[in-house]
Amino acid sequence: MTIRVLKPGIFTTVQDLGRYGYQQYGVPVAGAMDEFALRAGNLLVGNAESDAALEITLLGPKLELLEDAVLAITGADLDASVGGKPLPLWKSVALRKGSQISFGRPRSGARAYLAVAGGIDVPKVMGSRSTYVRGKFGGFHGRPLQAGDELPVGRSSRPTPGRKLPAHLVPRYGAPEYGGIRGIVRVILGPQDDYFTSESLELFLSSIYRVSPVSDRMGYRLEGPKLKHRQGADIISDAIPPGAVQVPGHGAPIVMLADRQTTGGYAKIATVISADLPVLAQLRPGDGVSFKSVSMAEAITALREQQAALQAIRKQLFSDVFALLKAFAEASASEMLYQREGLKLTVRR
Amino acid sequence: MYSEPRYLPGGDRALIVEFADEISEEVSQMVRRFSLALARYPLPGVLETVPTYRSLVVYFDPLAMEGPRLVEKLKGLQKRILEIDLPPARTVLVPVLYGSEYGPDLGDVASHNGLTPEEVIAIHASSTYLIYMLGFTPGFAYLGGLSPRIVCPRLDNPREQIPGGSVGIAGIQTGIYPIDSPGGWRIIGRTPLRLYDPDVDPPALFQAGDYLKFSPIDEEGFYRIAEGGRSR
Repeated sequence: MTIRVLKPGIFTTVQDLGRYGYQQYGVPVAGAMDEFALRAGNLLVGNAESDAALEITLLGPKLELLEDAVLAITGADLDASVGGKPLPLWKSVALRKGSQISFGRPRSGARAYLAVAGGIDVPKVMGSRSTYVRGKFGGFHGRPLQAGDELPVGRSSRPTPGRKLPAHLVPRYGAPEYGGIRGIVRVILGPQDDYFTSESLELFLSSIYRVSPVSDRMGYRLEGPKLKHRQGADIISDAIPPGAVQVPGHGAPIVMLADRQTTGGYAKIATVISADLPVLAQLRPGDGVSFKSVSMAEAITALREQQAALQAIRKQLFSDVFALLKAFAEASASEMLYQREGLKLTVRR
Repeated sequence: MYSEPRYLPGGDRALIVEFADEISEEVSQMVRRFSLALARYPLPGVLETVPTYRSLVVYFDPLAMEGPRLVEKLKGLQKRILEIDLPPARTVLVPVLYGSEYGPDLGDVASHNGLTPEEVIAIHASSTYLIYMLGFTPGFAYLGGLSPRIVCPRLDNPREQIPGGSVGIAGIQTGIYPIDSPGGWRIIGRTPLRLYDPDVDPPALFQAGDYLKFSPIDEEGFYRIAEGGRSR
């Protein structure tokens, strides 16, 4: 299967869950900015959660399917349509060969994911298919998509059209602003919160910051109250975890994201919890964001809730199995095999 | 060095095991020892570790192993750390063609320190440098051990493009640009070695804890090595 790129959109890349094991060599992790949307998209089409998909930023591409395919769009609402008809979000659909998928004006959120049954099958580099654009490797030739690209799609043993994420579990990226805040992001203080004055810690947790236009997959620069260090912003360089909020000498925080460099020398006041990285990923330049300090236990609870939402998609597997049994009862074959996500089921007559 | 390491949270999926608030070979050895201990006695849920100047950063899957339990496990490991025999560190020899268009700032570094270019080369190539960590860009090594006799401030106007392999000095640091990049270091030479290649495993020529020595070569040697590809 192949997907042809008719128009690339402003910044469309191939991403999976990222590149682990090579940060010790200075190689950034990269990977999907909104991991929840990527995982959900993959589960909806019957892929492994870690398969590669397209990460589509704000103004999306125009794509043509060169064969029949099952796909799902998750994450931001970027006005996806097929042949002029709107495509539902958070739901897997079967589309015919020749279908053209377009995107219009972004409605809510910043990044959509297009997952296709079989996954985008570009070669793995250091164990991952994620594009690291600054390093010019991974993904499709190490760069964002261009018109004329033909993306290889892997074979799916059994695609799953018609699955959807239950409505109450769909993240509300488009929630209206409350008092100028579009995103409330939970953080765990540290590793260097002791580098900041207590007034600045309080200021950080009580202010509204705006995502600056100079924000990308590497990090978001924030505009708002400046933070003061007790004795300088520099630390002995150490590693930068995902979601780390580093504060250089000028006092404006920068949240470090998927394409962040592996190490750095600025004090980090706090780190965004894993469950809320998708909230950040869906903010646009100009959006307001505020930070709330939580405990490690609260962070883990939030992550488990997200896992439960993914589990709801997996549970639809059971309905798949019933469908298989029904098909088997009506068929003349003596044996049928069902294989998905580590589950293997053989039905014999 | 702290009497006990500090365990600092880097959010819910990274833990920073910090041994000191200084840069020294002794601290670096402690980081290396801890990293080897964790490689020998792997813990479930640990995804990868990153050694830095004074800490080991442990990335983990919080759903497989929660932070507080990981701290307990790592404290247990701490007791066994002295059992670890540190294998002898590697010394990697890096051939460098100093001066001319390969090292356009060699003359400036010399005059800044009241030396001849030949003396700068001799001093730069006589030290053994410890690779404290890799980071900043893929394959970039943070080196310790530059002689105070050849320090030099950064350029006032950084260059837009410095060829990969360029060897530079910035203040009390020396280092090698792994790939073409902009930068303000004073460039004194270039190595024909490929320091970083995403299609080779491991992708970098060095790892934290290695030692590095520069060895001067001439233009003929430069092209012989460059054409011979990556020497490992």
